[in-house]
Amino acid sequence: MQTSTSWRSFRMAAWLGWLIESNWTDPFLFAVYSIVKPLSGAAILVVMYGIISQGNYDSALFPYIYLGNAFYIYVGAVMTGVSWAVVDDREHYRTLKYMYIAPIQIPLYLLGRGVARFITGSIAVLITIGAGILFLNLRIDFANVDWPLFFTTLIIGVVMLALLGLLLAGVTLTLARHEGFIGEATAGALYIFSGAVFPLDILPAWMRPIGYFMPTTYWLELLRRSLVGNVAQAFPTLSNFSNLQLLGVLVALSVFFGVVSVFVFRRCDAIARERGLIDRTTNY
Amino acid sequence: MDAVSSKYSHKDTGWRLFLKTIIARAYPRLIGQQREVSWMVFEVVMPMLAVIAYVFVYRAMNAPEEYIGFVVMGGAMTAFWMNVLWSMSSQLYWEKEQGNLALYIIAPNSMMAILLGMALGGMLATCLRAVAVTLLGIWMFGVSFSVTSYLQLFLVFVLAMIALYGMGMMMASAFLLFGREAWHVANLAQEPIFLASGFYFPIKSLPFWVAAGASVIPLTLGMDAMRQLLFPTGFQFGFMSVVWEIGILAVLSVVFLFTAKVLLAHVERLAVREGRITESRR
Repeated sequence: MQTSTSWRSFRMAAWLGWLIESNWTDPFLFAVYSIVKPLSGAAILVVMYGIISQGNYDSALFPYIYLGNAFYIYVGAVMTGVSWAVVDDREHYRTLKYMYIAPIQIPLYLLGRGVARFITGSIAVLITIGAGILFLNLRIDFANVDWPLFFTTLIIGVVMLALLGLLLAGVTLTLARHEGFIGEATAGALYIFSGAVFPLDILPAWMRPIGYFMPTTYWLELLRRSLVGNVAQAFPTLSNFSNLQLLGVLVALSVFFGVVSVFVFRRCDAIARERGLIDRTTNY
Repeated sequence: MDAVSSKYSHKDTGWRLFLKTIIARAYPRLIGQQREVSWMVFEVVMPMLAVIAYVFVYRAMNAPEEYIGFVVMGGAMTAFWMNVLWSMSSQLYWEKEQGNLALYIIAPNSMMAILLGMALGGMLATCLRAVAVTLLGIWMFGVSFSVTSYLQLFLVFVLAMIALYGMGMMMASAFLLFGREAWHVANLAQEPIFLASGFYFPIKSLPFWVAAGASVIPLTLGMDAMRQLLFPTGFQFGFMSVVWEIGILAVLSVVFLFTAKVLLAHVERLAVREGRITESRR
């Protein structure tokens, strides 16, 4: 019975999330919306790179930047997608209180709400990488891609991001007026500290330890390595680590942050219930 | 009875009402926003995160130091675009969602004055944030500026702001007509505009017709001119001469303000005739 409640909560939330994400316009405009934004973000970096390198896309730095930026779409989509459900339901639709009294599991409901963003994010990632291969000489030899490593890393990473989203959702429950900023600020900070678009060695020495503590750093490195192999290993930051070691670090940090996320969410959820914050609207 | 007839029954009309409406609507933008200090922190930190990331990208590529300055300047100007997008263009839509739009329309003041007040307050409040981003950029990355003409710089900035906020006033009416798409349209008008308007690189690097098309957005030419006026080698990166850019910005200012007035009148007519424009469709 417990399992079926959990599954039902997750499944219905995923479907609800998809409807909310997609039904505001016709499918064509929705597709354009889902593609143009991430492609433009990637294009800013491509133009910057093109100006400085004078169009030399053969350097190892280019796939490093391009792939890091492409997979980083998942961070914004999944992590912010889960936490944004609190803002959307409480402030915009004003339905969070009904969700709380419905016979569903709230954490699974919130995780389910992130599924729609995961789907649109996946499409954006595929299109961004496809555009890189077709138009920007991004070299991915599909015969040599380490697919098991790629999919293992991708799945671990998405679960880790969803759990980080749950942590942010918990914090969001207890906040007024700043909810919208929390997800974006965290995603923005991770963009810098994870070495998404530049090797961590570029950061000042005192900032690097923060990057080494972030699971997204190892996640992005493993995704790059699985797709472009030695090109990704050309940078000194994590070159001393084997793929297996990186995977071990990623799993360990994901478990750590996962446990912290569940704990923080439970604590914040209890505070929100106690202080009557579940149905609070601030019109911000 | 005396008190009512003398002090409280006095009603301003004409230009007095127009000016008072501007001040009244600018007030919460200037004072209200400053009261929520933590918001200001976020609004400085958010553009700074992008600035820091792009600066390190340029550093990873060993780019010339001017580019670091371009990024800091672009990051500061981001504050204005975000303000126009979320606090001007989307504002009437938010007001509708919260039920205030009907009050705005039935009040005896001009909607144009309300939007001008929002623009004035937003512009001044955002200036503080842009200055904060610039100062942080200077402090963190050692960016230095060398102004070649203060008069031209002043003209460019003022005209870019008038044109930009005129555009925001125009878009406020248009967004109102979008209905549920408004939020998504505003969300979509970020990265593509940062790309097309050259927030983080000289617009000259884009194909000519792309840059020319993007020049409809006042910040494109405004930033291009400011780059030429603020950096010693900036003129090398200019899309067109500063004088031309000043002229085009002046034309854009007039066009956007006039179109805003026409569109607002249209929205008011629709609101009165159909009685549906102020309806929240949450």
